[in-house]
Formats: sequence, structure tokens, C-alpha cells
Amino acid sequence: MTDIKNDRLILGDVEFTSRLFTGTGKFASKKFIAPMLEASGSQMITIALRRVDPTADKENILNYIPDSITLLPNTSGARTAREAVRIARIARQAGCGKFIKIEVITDMQYLLPDNHETLKATGILAKEGFVVLPYIMPDITVTKQLYDAGAAAVMPLGSPIGTSRGLEMKPVIKMIIETSKIPVVVDAGIGRPSQAAETMEMGADAVLVNTAIATSQNPALTGRAFALAVEAGRIAYLSNMTGKKLYAHASSPLTGFLRE
Amino acid sequence: MKINLNGKRVESKSKTLMDLVLEQGFDLTSLIIEINFEVIKQETWQDISIKEGDNVELLSFVGGG
Repeated sequence: MTDIKNDRLILGDVEFTSRLFTGTGKFASKKFIAPMLEASGSQMITIALRRVDPTADKENILNYIPDSITLLPNTSGARTAREAVRIARIARQAGCGKFIKIEVITDMQYLLPDNHETLKATGILAKEGFVVLPYIMPDITVTKQLYDAGAAAVMPLGSPIGTSRGLEMKPVIKMIIETSKIPVVVDAGIGRPSQAAETMEMGADAVLVNTAIATSQNPALTGRAFALAVEAGRIAYLSNMTGKKLYAHASSPLTGFLRE
Repeated sequence: MKINLNGKRVESKSKTLMDLVLEQGFDLTSLIIEINFEVIKQETWQDISIKEGDNVELLSFVGGG
């Protein structure tokens, strides 16, 4: 029997019991972040690096994230591999650990990632000892190339960032899950717990949810709902549920005492 | 002296990096500073001289997904 209690996701040298990764973007107040982490049990959260805006809120976001949480700095704002590498190095030197989510985007309408530049950045940063999680346009060939380049996991998008449209890329993500030698973390577009459950049922190793939780009226409660959905989906996957059938199969005996 | 500060060319009278940060009125606790593509540790800010044409980036972590 599958041992659910000891089910772990290992990335780099860190073991995660929660398969829900979260993000710090778009919260109405940073004060909602810690209660959300507590309620959801999420153990990894993304942060971003920006030029200081003297007119903006000066409070350090890191003060709102408990020390037990693994930080996943992203390279948002990078348009080339070179820029992503620069951001990653700054994040590590600034004390954020060795995890990095590579996000290289040049398409500003749909915010779709540039797989070519992402692959280049992955190779460079993996050689420097980073635990690299590249955010990609779902593609099985690129997934294999990222594995060869040293990525710790691959993060295909479900649908464009912030759209809550769910698994629009489902058929390709399914192929990635079937063929990938590294964990698959579905990132972006997961807008409802039911979509997260569906993703995990398919065999994804984790999901990353930011917008849906952060923009909810109650991020802690929404985080909890996502956590339960992720867990249910994961257990369903591990239980090897049977698939769909074209014709009905009775759940009760159809022969009885009323007729032969 | 002119330096490039967060992508803009600005006039500065600061001799050290610490002077520059105080001159610009930035919060020290969350600041990450890169000069000419090299991250400078906070404990050395007072010892780092600012030179004409330096590319100084003042950065901090923010919310992001």
C-alpha cells in the first residue's frame, strides 16, 4: 500500500511535506501572508526583486515570512537569460538561499515565458549550485533539455499568469508528467481548489498558487481550501484510481428478486 | 560627480555608499545594493567609495509570484 504519511517532495536537499507552493504577490496587506502560510501549511513561497521605489511601502517583505519557510526568489522582470542570472545571483548574495524560480518573459500581453532563454539561464545557474525551478511554456522536449541542464524541477504553466483559467494546457502537461525525470510543479493559472485537485490527480508533484489566494477576501481560508484540494488530488493519484469508461458499470447488482 | 542610480544619471556629493543611501533617504533594513554588477554587503557600505560613472542599483525584495 502506498505510504501517504511519508509522502515527500524533495527539491535540492529540502524535503517538503506540503505540495502547495505559494507566492507573495498581490496581497492587499503583507500581514495576510503569515496567517495564509499557517493555514495552508505551504512550506515554500516566492518573492521578487525590484529597484527601490522611494515613494512605496518601505517595509521589508522578508519580515512577514516565517524563518521555517523556504524562499523561492523569482527572476521576474528578466527578459534575457543574462538578466535572470544576474537577479538570481543578487538574491543568493542577499541571503535568500539557493532556490531560484527562473522566469524570463518578453511577451507582455500574455506573459508567456521564453523557453529558450530560460533553458540558457538554467544551465548557468545549475552549474553555480542553485536549485533551479524554471517556469516554462509546457513542452516535453524543453523539459528533457532542462533536466539535462540540471533543473531541480520544471514548472509548466496551466494557463497565463493571473487568469485563473485552470489547466488549459492539460494535454501537454499530462505528457510532461508522464515523461519528465524531474518533479513537475504546475505554476500559473490555477484559480480554484478544484483545478489544483485536478492537477494533482493527474500526477503533478506540486502546484504553485499565488493570485487566487492573495486576491481572495480571506487568503488564509482560501489557502486552506487549496491545501486540502492539493492533498486530496495527491492521495487520489497515489491511490491509482480507475479511469473513465464509455458505458455504464452498475454499482449495485442489477439482478434481484423482481425478475429473472 | 555624476553616477547612474537605478538607471538614472544623477548628481551626487556622497563620498561613500553609506552617504549615498542616507543622501537619498532610503530605508536601510531592506536595501540590497549592487555597484557595477557586484552586490555590496551592508557592513562595508561605509568603506565603499563612490566614483564618477558608477552604476549603483538600490534594490529590495517585494511581493511576487
